[in-house]
Amino acid sequence: MQGRVSVPTPRAQRTRDDTGLDLRRVRQVFWQISQALAVFAIIGYLIWRGAVAMEYNWQWYRIEPFFYREIDGEIYWGPLVKGLIETLRLASIAGVLAILIGFVTAFARLSNSFAGRIIATWYLEAIRNTPLLVQLFLFYFVLAPIFGIDRFWAGVLCLAFFEGSFAAEIIRGGIVGVEKGQYEGADAIGLNVVDKYRFIVVPQALPLILPPLTGLIISLIKHSAIVSVIAVSELTTAGLNLIADTFMAFEVWFLVAGIYLAVTITLSIGVSLFERSLNKSKR
Amino acid sequence: MLDAHAKPLVEITGMCKWYGDFSALFDINLTVHEGEKVVVCGPSGSGKSTMIRCINQLEAHQKGTIRVDGVEVSPELKNIEGIRREVGMVFQSFNLFPHMTILDNLTLGPTRNRGISKKEARDLAMHYLERVHIAEQAEKYPVQLSGGQQQRVAIARALCMKPKVMLFDEPTSALDPEMIAGVLDVMIELAEEGMTMIVVTHEMGFARKVADRVVFMDQGEIIEVAEPEQFFSNPQSDRAQLFLSQLLGH
Ligand SMILES: Nc1ncnc2c1ncn2[C@@H]1O[C@H](COP(=O)(O)OP(=O)(O)OP(=O)(O)O)[C@@H](O)[C@H]1O
Ligand SMILES: [Mg+2]
Repeated sequence: MQGRVSVPTPRAQRTRDDTGLDLRRVRQVFWQISQALAVFAIIGYLIWRGAVAMEYNWQWYRIEPFFYREIDGEIYWGPLVKGLIETLRLASIAGVLAILIGFVTAFARLSNSFAGRIIATWYLEAIRNTPLLVQLFLFYFVLAPIFGIDRFWAGVLCLAFFEGSFAAEIIRGGIVGVEKGQYEGADAIGLNVVDKYRFIVVPQALPLILPPLTGLIISLIKHSAIVSVIAVSELTTAGLNLIADTFMAFEVWFLVAGIYLAVTITLSIGVSLFERSLNKSKR
Repeated sequence: MLDAHAKPLVEITGMCKWYGDFSALFDINLTVHEGEKVVVCGPSGSGKSTMIRCINQLEAHQKGTIRVDGVEVSPELKNIEGIRREVGMVFQSFNLFPHMTILDNLTLGPTRNRGISKKEARDLAMHYLERVHIAEQAEKYPVQLSGGQQQRVAIARALCMKPKVMLFDEPTSALDPEMIAGVLDVMIELAEEGMTMIVVTHEMGFARKVADRVVFMDQGEIIEVAEPEQFFSNPQSDRAQLFLSQLLGH
């Protein structure tokens, strides 16, 4: 090699070996999946044995009308579907409000305004240091009659303020995570504060904010079950009512949990696809 | 070289700055006239960056006055953006906006602050990109460019605002050696066109060629101001002698 002189091989001529199936990796994945399946099988068996021991009367054949009924060729949605739609409506309104509250609170905490910082801090501390259930009662029994709002909106606002406090910290973290040089670059070309955040800071904070914010929306969907205590007619309430009518507690709770799971998993897959397309379009 | 009637563009008088108890700048007095080129040098931590960053108030000073084109700048000034639009700044680390194309990096300032149309801004941007010799990179993103190219984009971005004075904070010290000449060439061309410039740099070739005056700083004070030939061949202060011997020593 010493004293070697050569010209670079043109990039187009550099061939790459065909990378076929990596058998080791396939075997590994297969093994992992079988382990998981084995664990699931054991848990399922234990539940089944337990139910048999209790002489629980499984009635899975009765669940179809929980979802829909067909009468004279027309479809009538059952309680679980109606409940799911209410849950989605509740969670999406509360989610949008939570993100708005999060942005406002985050900017208030980052602002130079002393009043803004104090109010934001009080709000965060109050929400974080009291139980969600107590907040819900406050909204429903105290604020709702004072401001004349119904139980649905009491539930929405309670969830929005609760999750908003977490959204605020996520958003603040994203904004603080944008490099100092970017602020200075924006200042140096004379952008005003609004433009600086709109064109430079927020677009760069978004990739940092989006993953934890998805987690937040998923917890919001799960936390929304709590509004069943003030009898908002969402999915969990629908489940409670069905059990009162049919006594099929095991089937109904499995179904309700399964529906929550389906919604949250769909959401996280959707968001990760969206993130991937975001990253692709950028570089 | 300087015409006697040139008006003062940047006037710093009795300026002091503290970081807590630490005195970063003390009693800075410096006037830069229209068309003048001033090179600032001095050891690390001597306050060079802090001084030029006070001019467009990226840092706030606590005492003394700074005037840019006759307008006093201070932390209380409401319309600080207005001043910053007249003062271009180029950073050691470029600070381009990574989520925007080169073209968008250049047109953002003019369209938002100068109220000109997208089309005009585009033409303006292309004009300056040609001047810094990278017009063909307009549609790329900053990460796709070399350091030297990024720094030239940063210069073009500042020029798009048609500033009255340009500040450079060690524009070549983050660059690989082979990239430095390209950036310095652009700065020399700019100087020849009569731009008012304040440049923090240790590139002595550049200082010799371009500077009307060299300002030497140490420990937050201006120690010596001289013409480049005189400064480099016969520095008056001990500190400047020490600094130059260290700069040349290895
Ligand atoms: N934000 C800050 N807080 C506290 N001290 C600071 C801050 N910024 C700078 N300093 C201090 O102020 C002094 C001057 O810093 P400055 O960055 O202006 O030096 P410089 O001459 O540009 O040095 P260099 O050649 O290393 O860039 C340094 O001692 C530095 O430690
Ligand atoms: Mg510096």
